[in-house]
Amino acid sequence: MRVPLSWLREYVELPAGVTGRDVAAKLIRAGLEVETVEESGLTGPLVVGKVLTYENEPQKNGKTIRWCSLDIGKEEPQWVVCGAHNFEVGDLVVVVLPGAVLPGGFAISARKTYGHVSNGMICSSVELGLGDDGSDGIVVLEAGEGTPGDDAIELLSLSDDVLDIAVTPDRGYCLSIRGVAREAATAYGVALKDAADLPLTGSAADGYPVRVDDAAACSVFVTRTVTGIDAKALSPRWMQKRLQAAGMRPISIGVDITNYVMLELGQPIHGYDKARLSGDIVVRRAEAGEKLVTLDDQTRELDAEDLLITDDSGPIGIAGVMGGASTEISETTTDVVIEAAHFDPIVIARASRRHKLSSEASRRFEREVDPQLPRYAAQRVADLLAEHAGGTVLPDETVIDTHPAPAPVVIRGDHAARVSGAPIAVEDAIAHLEAVGCTLGAPATGATAAPLAVGVHSSSLNFLPAGITDPENAGCERFEGDDLWAVTPPSWRPDLRDPNDFAEEVIRLFGFDNVPSVLPKAPGGQGLTVSQQRRRRVATALVGAGLSEVVSYPFTGAADFDALGLPADDVRRTTVKLVNPLSDEEPSMQTTLLATLLRTAERNVGRGATDLAIFQTGLVFLPKADATPAPLPAVESRPSDAEVQSLYDALPAQPLHVGVVLTGALAPAGWWGKSRPVSWADAVQIARLITAAVGVEPTVRNTELAPWHPGRCAEFSVDGKVVGHAGELHPKVCQAFGLPTRSSAVELDLDALIAAGPESITAAPFSSYPVAKEDVALIVAEDVAAAAVEAALVEGAGELLESVRLFDLYTGEQIGAGKKSLAFALRFRAADRTLKENEVSEARQAAVQVAVERFGAVQRVG
Amino acid sequence: MSGPNTEYDPVEVTPLHAVEVERSRDEALDAFTKAADLAALQEAKVAHLGEKSPIALANREIGALPPQARKEAGQRIGSARKAINEAFAGRLTVLEAEHEERMLATERVDVTLPWHTPQLGARHPLSLISEQVADVFTALGWDVAEGPEIEAEWLNFDALNFQPDHPARQMQDTFFVEPAGSGKVLRTHTSPVQARSMLTRKPPIYVICPGRVFRTDELDATHTPVFYQVEGLVVDEGITLAHLKGTLDHFVVSMFGEGLEARLRPNFFPFTEPSAEVDLKCFVCRGESVGNPDRPCRTCGSEGWIEWGGCGVVNPRVLRACGIDTDRYSGFAFGMGLERTLMFRNGVEDMRDMVEGDVRFSRQFGMEI
Repeated sequence: MRVPLSWLREYVELPAGVTGRDVAAKLIRAGLEVETVEESGLTGPLVVGKVLTYENEPQKNGKTIRWCSLDIGKEEPQWVVCGAHNFEVGDLVVVVLPGAVLPGGFAISARKTYGHVSNGMICSSVELGLGDDGSDGIVVLEAGEGTPGDDAIELLSLSDDVLDIAVTPDRGYCLSIRGVAREAATAYGVALKDAADLPLTGSAADGYPVRVDDAAACSVFVTRTVTGIDAKALSPRWMQKRLQAAGMRPISIGVDITNYVMLELGQPIHGYDKARLSGDIVVRRAEAGEKLVTLDDQTRELDAEDLLITDDSGPIGIAGVMGGASTEISETTTDVVIEAAHFDPIVIARASRRHKLSSEASRRFEREVDPQLPRYAAQRVADLLAEHAGGTVLPDETVIDTHPAPAPVVIRGDHAARVSGAPIAVEDAIAHLEAVGCTLGAPATGATAAPLAVGVHSSSLNFLPAGITDPENAGCERFEGDDLWAVTPPSWRPDLRDPNDFAEEVIRLFGFDNVPSVLPKAPGGQGLTVSQQRRRRVATALVGAGLSEVVSYPFTGAADFDALGLPADDVRRTTVKLVNPLSDEEPSMQTTLLATLLRTAERNVGRGATDLAIFQTGLVFLPKADATPAPLPAVESRPSDAEVQSLYDALPAQPLHVGVVLTGALAPAGWWGKSRPVSWADAVQIARLITAAVGVEPTVRNTELAPWHPGRCAEFSVDGKVVGHAGELHPKVCQAFGLPTRSSAVELDLDALIAAGPESITAAPFSSYPVAKEDVALIVAEDVAAAAVEAALVEGAGELLESVRLFDLYTGEQIGAGKKSLAFALRFRAADRTLKENEVSEARQAAVQVAVERFGAVQRVG
Repeated sequence: MSGPNTEYDPVEVTPLHAVEVERSRDEALDAFTKAADLAALQEAKVAHLGEKSPIALANREIGALPPQARKEAGQRIGSARKAINEAFAGRLTVLEAEHEERMLATERVDVTLPWHTPQLGARHPLSLISEQVADVFTALGWDVAEGPEIEAEWLNFDALNFQPDHPARQMQDTFFVEPAGSGKVLRTHTSPVQARSMLTRKPPIYVICPGRVFRTDELDATHTPVFYQVEGLVVDEGITLAHLKGTLDHFVVSMFGEGLEARLRPNFFPFTEPSAEVDLKCFVCRGESVGNPDRPCRTCGSEGWIEWGGCGVVNPRVLRACGIDTDRYSGFAFGMGLERTLMFRNGVEDMRDMVEGDVRFSRQFGMEI
């Protein structure tokens, strides 16, 4: 809502000299979101001038300028150069004189141009900050609009600050000058003139015939009729100016007046050309197949839920959203039927969404309009039509009003004090509620406080505000809790329903700044959960290994899956999709972190970071095969446990994954030697680092899975459950993402790993007897996994084995094709004695024996 | 009996001859002193303390002496040997020290050279600030609560008093999950975690919920469709707006420094009533730039306060929908955007830097913010 300060001043006696910024600051404290204050930036002298003479003077550049003399109320005429031609001798124009500043910081001085000294200039609408008036020239005032020498700033209300207020959904009444004026009056503690307080001349009878078929959706419908208007009359300049300042374009006298009244009072108005109406106006829901051409010349298919204004010809408007073209006021209109009605907010909100049509009217009706306004608003429109378009207001008036009177809400006098914890005296609370427009009275006998007044019933009746331990010195009384008040909200505040709604009004007028600051004492928590701690450990370990954490959006699509080389039937192509994705190419939520993390890697590599080591943690979204819609239980009480469970069950699985991408070199070439290019082994090692950080010992084996290299992909599992993969990326994947060859990656299910971590660790004793070291080299077939051989050694060596470590891998002619030699360092130790030589060699031999039996391993000698 | 002395024969030392013994001793001491390095010392040791050295040979002769002469000769030789051994040990210590010093000097390196093992990586500052916030509140005894990113519409909206056709619901620019009417959305705020906390925990509830949220905004310098929030919720007996202010003041001080405070400005949110915007006193100028054109403040735009988030007393309708006894309990909630917090706290000028995953953004922070 854009509010020109001059308009506001008509209804609030703001102190002289306050600026838009001052008012904005006050309104912000009262809870209005004033986003900007536009200052006109115009300073005079700016005067009315009368054209005395002009000479057309063609110029070399092809233009013709006018050399004009103007009467500006002084003895000598003012001589100026003007480029426009839309004026004649005797016209009144607006002249800016040297020393003035026009909007945009355009300073005016006498200057030499086209062979003359121009002492100022004649202004166009744009130059005055009024916007384009379509005249293609300077502003020509109506005869009699002023006299030469008059201050044009005053005359055209040009020096006007405009407040732009973002009206929150609960403050629909502030979508009007009337509503903002009320807030400003309260904020300044000055008198308010209610813009709707105007004499009604209607008879409440004999108006245009109207029938409302759906009283729940349309509780008030008022019409007035004005005859004999001149629809071609121009709107008064001050009205045009205000409409423009409020962000609306002046169109015609009929439209401008209805818009003006809507801005002033907040009541949307529709005007019909009476001659184009046929038969009774009927308010009803749409029927199947009905259509309407709306004022914006769109043909709209109507929905059975749409509330319509109709006449004998069919639909003539979507109620509260937009009127129809067929009954529009035109230049030939003489008699006007004015409609001012009250529509149900939800009906209008749905229609507006259904037709993707958010109008000034629908925005107001959605937030609910004061149901008592329609008669006053219709009167105001009729009065303005009579005044400025020469019409006659008929006393005939249709008044249908079935709107229920607002019901009082019973609240305790100290409720706002209890909600705020501030010492708000009951009399102050009452005064604040009255300032808002509420009426207060004694509740009916036996009435109790309304429900949803939090914490009221358990606290002691002698309530002391938080943080106040010494009421005497704090200047407040202990509140007596049993005084109940019946508070009736004003008609323009339908948002005031619950005790806390009233408390908010009291507290904001009391001042949030005056509420004390008290840190509540929590009962004592248990710190981070095990899962939260383990996630931090993983991140810290990865950072220690030189990786940097990045973030990526979780949106993905077929192109990413193709780039990852996922087969057509890969389960990761089955995704949760969005109805309204940011991009049609990325309609899916990621099922693998790598889909988005590799794009992030690509961006980094593209920016020159070819040696990259990054990681990310994030959710992946795994759709359920039998996905059902999530229910929408009622909110008047807690859903049952079964309903809560069905809410949770309807959601896709969303495990937390960790992803790693390594590209280029782990270490660059340097004075120590060659660079250390990233390899599959680095990825596997980082995956092991992650599992170690959460205390999990994984099982690792070769597997084939996109996007990894088929021969260089490690599958990680814990307790038989696959938890992720690591290894080198497939060359085609590197190519598709623009990454260096041999780039490697990891993706692990962090939730699964964390869940598999130890509950607690029990210390085991360790031996202080000497260690016995034995090496063993085994030749096995090339496809036998080192880990499997190692496991065989461990199994065979028995409990004397302390550790085993592979320290050499050899392939070559010496051992024959298709074979490899694995060398292990074994360490033996007993808990209770120094091992004898024969004990060690027996254990070693037993270890080798299992490897021989299981893999046909041959001991390599020498 | 002495054995043949074929290799060493310049001098015969008779153990009984004191002058000879002393000469041998003096020659040994002299040789050790003159030994310039460990190798020369080793040579001198062989000559003067070795098996065939004069003193060793003389020692062996003692046994051949008549018994009455043995004692005196033994003492004489023993005393000489002791002197020689001590001289050797002393010289050895000196030469070893000299040798070590020389060797260490030759091994000097340039310690400013780089090395090939990885440097420390970096956390993303959004993670760091989430963790910092979590730590501030766990220190107060609160728990860190979490929830999924694809959320039930009921938990994201209805339970929080966003009525189906209320304009507030449209203001959230929601991503809806297919098919239309699935009742599932990408959570538009961390507030559904509030609802989950109330549905699953019993009061007193003190939770802080950091998390990633989604709105259908286009990415630009100040907006991103995917961003991080942190939200706090307290439900307990006798909770008031004053407790909310106290908590926010504590939060401001924890994140921005001593002497700062929060300010509340009335506003509207469906899930709180009363509701307010939270401003924090500018931690750079501390309000001194207001009306002071000589000292403009970039951080707060010379406003003295920085818009930080939203807050309020939990709307009793929300408590009721989540099964909290409104007769007994009340609550408060607050929420802030973490990107925005980083922007003004750490001088990040462009939202895009934070969300594009450029590793340089993380690396400039390391493990601290």
